[in-house]
Parts: sequence; structure tokens; C-alpha cells
Amino acid sequence: MAKSLLAPLAAATVVLFAIALVLIAQAPPESTMGLVQKIFYFHLPSWLGMYSAIFTCGVASILVLAKGSAVADRFAVAGAELAVLFGANGLVTGPLWARKAWGVWWTWEVRLVSALLLWLVFVAYLIVRRYAGPGSDKLAAAVALFGTAVSPFVYISVNFWRTMHPKTTVLPTLPTSMGVPMLFSCLAFMALFGTLLAIRVRLAERETALDALYLAYED
Amino acid sequence: MAIRRPLRGVPTAVLTAWLIAVPALAQQPPGTASEYVPVPEGSIQTEQLPAAPLLIAAYAFFIAVVVLYVWTLGRRLTKVETEMRALEQKAQTGRR
Repeated sequence: MAKSLLAPLAAATVVLFAIALVLIAQAPPESTMGLVQKIFYFHLPSWLGMYSAIFTCGVASILVLAKGSAVADRFAVAGAELAVLFGANGLVTGPLWARKAWGVWWTWEVRLVSALLLWLVFVAYLIVRRYAGPGSDKLAAAVALFGTAVSPFVYISVNFWRTMHPKTTVLPTLPTSMGVPMLFSCLAFMALFGTLLAIRVRLAERETALDALYLAYED
Repeated sequence: MAIRRPLRGVPTAVLTAWLIAVPALAQQPPGTASEYVPVPEGSIQTEQLPAAPLLIAAYAFFIAVVVLYVWTLGRRLTKVETEMRALEQKAQTGRR
């Protein structure tokens, strides 16, 4: 399934990124932040990618814990890896924007710290998968469930605490000149997420097949 | 008299709470932007800290990370496939 989806997803990703970049270049700069606000067109979709990956990992982890599904386990590990990838992008692009907008690279405020901790939860997932030995899939699934349960609180934290970070209300109030580039950027990131997920799941399938082959050879 | 004595502490407690709350609330960060407004057409923007290097760094980082990840996926996939082929060949040789 993952293999058949790969080519159309990859093509859609390339086309959507090309459209998004043209639209971002044409979008007006923001009145107070200027040109640096254009980081927002890659920063927010990075978090969207991370949340999609967390959701994938969370749902798959429930199936791993409830049914011991091997297919779900492949999606869980792929989701965790992509959560770390997209999260790293969000955590790096954010400070690049903050340096200009706030005058500092980093500040220990609730949104930034909670986002960093959420990212670290999925780094922990990957460490558990790699080093915890037999049964690490179940142990890691529990870590993933914790991360998934925490993630909505990270998203809404800006609405409950008075932070420097822009609120979630920014997105619906975007004018068309900024909203359309953002829409295409989000679509491009979603297509990229789908493509990378398909490749990573395929890799996990082949790794399982190799393990089975080793077992058969030893027998 | 017995009722009044515990009540004596109430103004002290209120005053203490007020004295703690005022500086705590005053030290809260200022409110944030709740919307983004595009710059009015024709107006000139002056920038103190150049934004272009930061913008380029952000986009370049994203591209570099994705390219690196795809490359590692490709490498891992190739390694697994090579190992599978070698194992299959070994198994076939063993059968003969």
C-alpha cells in the first residue's frame, strides 16, 4: 500500500511546494515584523506536520498496546521519527523568527518550553525503541500515548497563559494575501508528511522481512 | 470575642495577598498580537536587524533536514535490501 501511494504523493509534494514558494514570495510583508514574518509560512506547517505525526504515532500506539498489531507498530515508529523531524524544524525556525521579532533567540516561556518538552518525549520514544531491547515496542507505545495526550495542551497553551508567542487566533484572521500562501504551504507539508510516512513505513516493512529471513535462515 | 479573634487575621491576609498579587501581575509579559496585518501598500519599511539572513537560514535548514532525512532513509533501505539479497543467496547456496 505504502509503495503504490509513494509516487503520486511525491509528485504532489513537489508541485505543492513549488506553488507555495511562489505564493510566499508574492505575499506582503507584515506591518510590524516585516520580512522575517515569512518564516511563519514554514514554521506553522512544521508544527502541523509534527501534530499529524504525533496523531499517527498515538493512534498506532493504541493499536500496538490493544492488539499487538505489527502493521500499527510500523506506523508508530514512522510517526515518532517524523514528529522529531518536523518538531526539529519548528524548534529551529521559531528562534530564527524570534531573534528579529522579540530580540532574543529563546525565552523560557510556557509555549516554547512545552513544545520543546513535547519534542523530547518523541526523542525519548526513539531512544526507547533503539536501546530498550525486547518489548521496547510496548514500552515506547506507552511513551507515545503520554506525548499524544499532552500535545493538545501545548497547542492551546498560548490561549491560557499570557505568553509572548502569537495566539492560535492569528491563523483565522489572516487576510487572503497571507492566508492563501499559508494554505498551500500547509498542503505541501501535509503531502511531504504523507510521502515520508510512506517511505518510512516501507523501510519498516523491509526490516521486518529481513528479521523474518534471519530467523528462517537460523532455523 | 471568640469570633472576633480569628477575623483579625483577615485584613492582614487580604493585604498580604494584594501585595503579592500586584507585583506578580505587573511582571507578566505584555499581551501578544492576536492577528497579523499586512503592511499598507506604498509605505516604506525600515529594518534594524536584517531579516533576510534569518529567513534564508530558516528555509535552508528545512531543506537541508528533509534532504538529509530522505538520504538516510534511502541508505537504510538500500542496506536492508542488500542484506536480504545476501541472505537469500547464502540460503540458496546452503540448500545446494
